[in-house]
Amino acid sequence: MPTLFKQTKELTTQIDDFLDAISEGALVFQKGVDDYLSGDLERFEQRYRTIEALENRADDVRRAVESQLYRHSLIPESRGDVLGLLEAMDDVINTAKNTLSLFLVERPEMIPGLTEEWRDLAIAAMHTSEAVVMAARAFFRDPRSVNDHLHKVYFHEKEGDKMAMGLKRKIFDSDVDLARKIHLRYFALNIDRVSDAAEDVADRLAIYAIKRTV
Amino acid sequence: MLLFFLSSGLFLGWSLGANDAANVFGTAVGTRMVRFATAAAVCSVFVIVGAVVGGAGASHTLGKLGAVNALGGAFMVALSAGFTVYTMTRMSLPVSTSQAIVGAIIGWNLFSGSPTDASVLIKIVTTWVACPLLAAGFAMFFYTVFIRVSSRFPVHLLWEDTLVRWGLIVVGAFGAYSLGANNIANVMGVFVPVAPFETLTVAGLFSFTGTQQLFLIGGIAISIGIFTYSRRVMETVGGSLMKLTPQMALIVVLSQAVVLYLFSSQELSAWLVGHGLPSIPLVPVSSSQAVIGAVLGLGVLKGGRGIRFRVLGEIAAGWVVTPVVACVITFIALFFLQNVFSMQVMQ
Repeated sequence: MPTLFKQTKELTTQIDDFLDAISEGALVFQKGVDDYLSGDLERFEQRYRTIEALENRADDVRRAVESQLYRHSLIPESRGDVLGLLEAMDDVINTAKNTLSLFLVERPEMIPGLTEEWRDLAIAAMHTSEAVVMAARAFFRDPRSVNDHLHKVYFHEKEGDKMAMGLKRKIFDSDVDLARKIHLRYFALNIDRVSDAAEDVADRLAIYAIKRTV
Repeated sequence: MLLFFLSSGLFLGWSLGANDAANVFGTAVGTRMVRFATAAAVCSVFVIVGAVVGGAGASHTLGKLGAVNALGGAFMVALSAGFTVYTMTRMSLPVSTSQAIVGAIIGWNLFSGSPTDASVLIKIVTTWVACPLLAAGFAMFFYTVFIRVSSRFPVHLLWEDTLVRWGLIVVGAFGAYSLGANNIANVMGVFVPVAPFETLTVAGLFSFTGTQQLFLIGGIAISIGIFTYSRRVMETVGGSLMKLTPQMALIVVLSQAVVLYLFSSQELSAWLVGHGLPSIPLVPVSSSQAVIGAVLGLGVLKGGRGIRFRVLGEIAAGWVVTPVVACVITFIALFFLQNVFSMQVMQ
């Protein structure tokens, strides 16, 4: 039985580590977009490497947690939910990393005068992800307070959608060539996808939290 | 020869271990919260401790209902009760050893012309009715407290899991103790007046009465039942009545254990009497019915959805049908044993 206590302590720490990685990834993502917009490509590349390392760490921890939960048949009732939650959370950091990698490879040429709109869009994605990490922590520690965080996720996600729409309009209203417009729209879409991934997690959490509190 | 006569009681003990251990550890093992080996070991040890330490109370009440005074009679009473349980189980009828043994004892009373104490019988039957109701009440109370406490002091999901696992083992141990204390009377109660065991004094420190030796043997029979046959029952019992979470399983086992403890603890009963309160009847009750009562109590708390009310009717029918069937079987069996096999079944 002392092994069971040790295991529980280890797993709790691992899950916290995983959520820390996701949360840090969201911050790094926002800073990375910021650096790209300000033209500091060297720092941007550093950010990319950081988010890549965080994503790898999150993957490793997630696999370790999954195998421990199964090997020792822990939380049999909510194991499926926890695994689903961890995988969905992993999608958030994956999407953020992939978006930064697109910036790294494709180097989109920004239209002057729209920098603030791009920044706000990335900040909305960061806020949405942060809020969903808080909701996930609450799911483990105090399921009754999950909803207090979920409404923030939905709020920031909607704000992000509005900003993405506004930005795309401005891109297509500008007088750059169509190929560049389409290229930039693709980036606006990808930044917004980070918020969408966080919203997917929130939808799952809403159900998991009800299941835990019933 | 003694062992031959005891064999019917040992068979009852084995079947109790095989079936009723699942009431204590079934959900824990079924939901994979506790391993079977751990459950079986804890259950066996505490059933034996319960039987030896706390078994006298309920057994005394059975003795008052009818003191079977010949070994052959006691053998046949236990065998008929076992046969009743076996047959009714094969016919998929709800049955409890407690009810079968009471019917069988009355069968012996009728055959031997001994009077059946109506007040004792009424006390026993009232207790049977009270048992599932009390279990339901306890389950509702414990669950409400659990929900209040857990919403006030939330615990991390993984720690909750660990605590529930520990809880299932600790409460399971208490449940096994209560099962042993309450139900050993079914297994060995009828042999108490006729068993030839002498009181042993161990190193001048404590004495080990003949009844306790008898209950130890019965307890061992129960634990053999647990190890040899209860695994399958435990693994299938999980969601048979209503799907239970491990937390609910903990509440169910706790409620059942408290009810069985109430109906077997001489100390508690004496304490109540000492404080001017009415005593608790010490009567062997059905652990299965206590579990069903507790689960239904939780069902009521949850708004009554998914409860199979037919189960209640089946329980009530069992209170009447089982003793009557056991009584008839015992009467006929004693007749054969006395007249065909020329065995002494009474004095």
